[in-house]
Amino acid sequence: MADGKSASNPAASAAAAVDRRDTRNRWLLSAPALIILLFAAIGPLIIVVVYSFLKKGDYGGVEWQFSGDGWYSVILQKDIFTDAVTVADAHVSILLRSVKLSFFTTILALLFGFPTAYFIATRNEKSRELWLFLITIPFWTNLLIRTFAVMEVIRNEGIVNSLLLGLGVIDAPLQIMFTDFAVMMGLLYVYLPLMVLPLYASMERIDFRLVEAGYDLYATRWRVLRHVIFPLVKPGVIAGSILVFIPSLGAYVTPRVLGGGRNLMLGNLIEMQFGQGRNWPLGAALSITLMAIVMIALLLYVRNASKTEARHG
Amino acid sequence: MAEVAQGNNLGTNPGTNLGTNQGGSVAVRKKWGRGFDIKKQSGFTTIAMICFVMLYAPILTLVVYSFNAGTSVAIWAGFSWRWYESAWANQQVYDASIRSLTIATFAAVVSTIVATMAALATTRTKPFPGLTFIYAFINQPLMVPEIVTGIALLIFFAAIKVATGYTGLGYLLIAHTAFCIPFAYLPIRARLENMDLSLERAAADLYATPFKTFRYVTLPLLWPGVLAGGMLAFVISLDDVVITELVKSGGQDTLPTYMLGQLRRIVTPEMNAISSVFLAISIVMVTIFFLLNRKKT
Repeated sequence: MADGKSASNPAASAAAAVDRRDTRNRWLLSAPALIILLFAAIGPLIIVVVYSFLKKGDYGGVEWQFSGDGWYSVILQKDIFTDAVTVADAHVSILLRSVKLSFFTTILALLFGFPTAYFIATRNEKSRELWLFLITIPFWTNLLIRTFAVMEVIRNEGIVNSLLLGLGVIDAPLQIMFTDFAVMMGLLYVYLPLMVLPLYASMERIDFRLVEAGYDLYATRWRVLRHVIFPLVKPGVIAGSILVFIPSLGAYVTPRVLGGGRNLMLGNLIEMQFGQGRNWPLGAALSITLMAIVMIALLLYVRNASKTEARHG
Repeated sequence: MAEVAQGNNLGTNPGTNLGTNQGGSVAVRKKWGRGFDIKKQSGFTTIAMICFVMLYAPILTLVVYSFNAGTSVAIWAGFSWRWYESAWANQQVYDASIRSLTIATFAAVVSTIVATMAALATTRTKPFPGLTFIYAFINQPLMVPEIVTGIALLIFFAAIKVATGYTGLGYLLIAHTAFCIPFAYLPIRARLENMDLSLERAAADLYATPFKTFRYVTLPLLWPGVLAGGMLAFVISLDDVVITELVKSGGQDTLPTYMLGQLRRIVTPEMNAISSVFLAISIVMVTIFFLLNRKKT
């Protein structure tokens, strides 16, 4: 065996040369995609990191001078007159609101998505495809249009208010637009399919003999759900929650349209620094903060997924 | 516990309780009656139906009011095509649509070509040095929030604009191409993974050149995947708001960014009309995609 692997064996070194050429060809074939991504996706991200450590320019942009101000002002602020350092309430509250809204959106999506995925997974093969298709369609239609559709429904002059006013349930239109509730409804509406799809994928594989065994042992429906079905589909629950939480946290369009100027989320705060805020280093630092939270969530997910795989496989 | 012990007749009558998984076992039938459905969970169907209604009601309302004769998006004043006509006559909408379609076509074609090459390079092989790296690189746009990518491109392109003075459509074209690559890549890769190498080997045995093998064997087999990837990329590019909004120079509105701007003003059913046409295009594309990707029965 040792002889066969040694470089002196001509057959082995020829095979190694073929392998090397194959690897080189595969890299060359991937190169155009990698170059485009390096130029217009990954490279610019590195520049964001650099910019977060620069001094802000007076009219937007940056001055090429090291400064920790960008990172510093993510959570702190200095009073212009007294130089007193305080916690930047505006930023912290937007950060917290983003996490809070994303969290509750995820919970709501789970509460609605779980039964829906279960419903689809327990249909027969033919109709399953149709229901799944119905979930997929909104997912691939324009996010802005879907947000606009929600806005039409909940506006002061919208369908809900017109209907309630017409029926005499309320005297004045309910102010739903421009509230945290509206943003949350919008996020739920827009990202619900992202919860249903992975949940369905794991429910499709449930072995219902296990469920039957549960009933054989006189479990109630709730206990079967809690102790048999839920543990089986836990990977799907985690995947769906991550898929809803991450885009909610980085949402820009939905809070901008439904939240108005006051109910900002992190995405809007970041964008503002490059618009009227004119504080590019702060915007860059906030972007990296957002990316870091997303990366941590993804890492937790990957670790969890590989652990589950190790246990079952 | 007592209930379980009582009902568990394993000891006395093992034959009836074991191995009768198909038709519902005796204990289940004894306790819950004959029509017992083990898959049912109470209330789940209701919630599922609420979900579907919730998903479709706003979209349907939006489409219905695009045919409203009045100027309100909430009060129905009879059927009319007037908002479609006014959208059709609106020069800004026209320009934005052409721009959207140009960008989406370019991004779909280029991203599909490079994604096909990358998919051929990264499938049907034993792991080679850098495979994981290439894979992570290609999927990167899926993992970074759009707003962060948008900001990164804004900063980078602003520097290039200052350096070169070029403010054309090129920035949007390359940005869209980049974030479309993983969407084009995934269906192509999935298709390739289900194709074995035996036909290509046979072609090579018959002295076909690598190019001829690709042209006459691999590509025809791969074609549904390529088409699906291309369409997905097209839809993704057409739908993008955030990155376009941040990257575009003045006067480079695409249809979604134009609409985003309009939402700040008083909304007329013209918006509904534009949205409805947009929705129709997306739904047609997704349907074709769905049919292409469906398991052959």
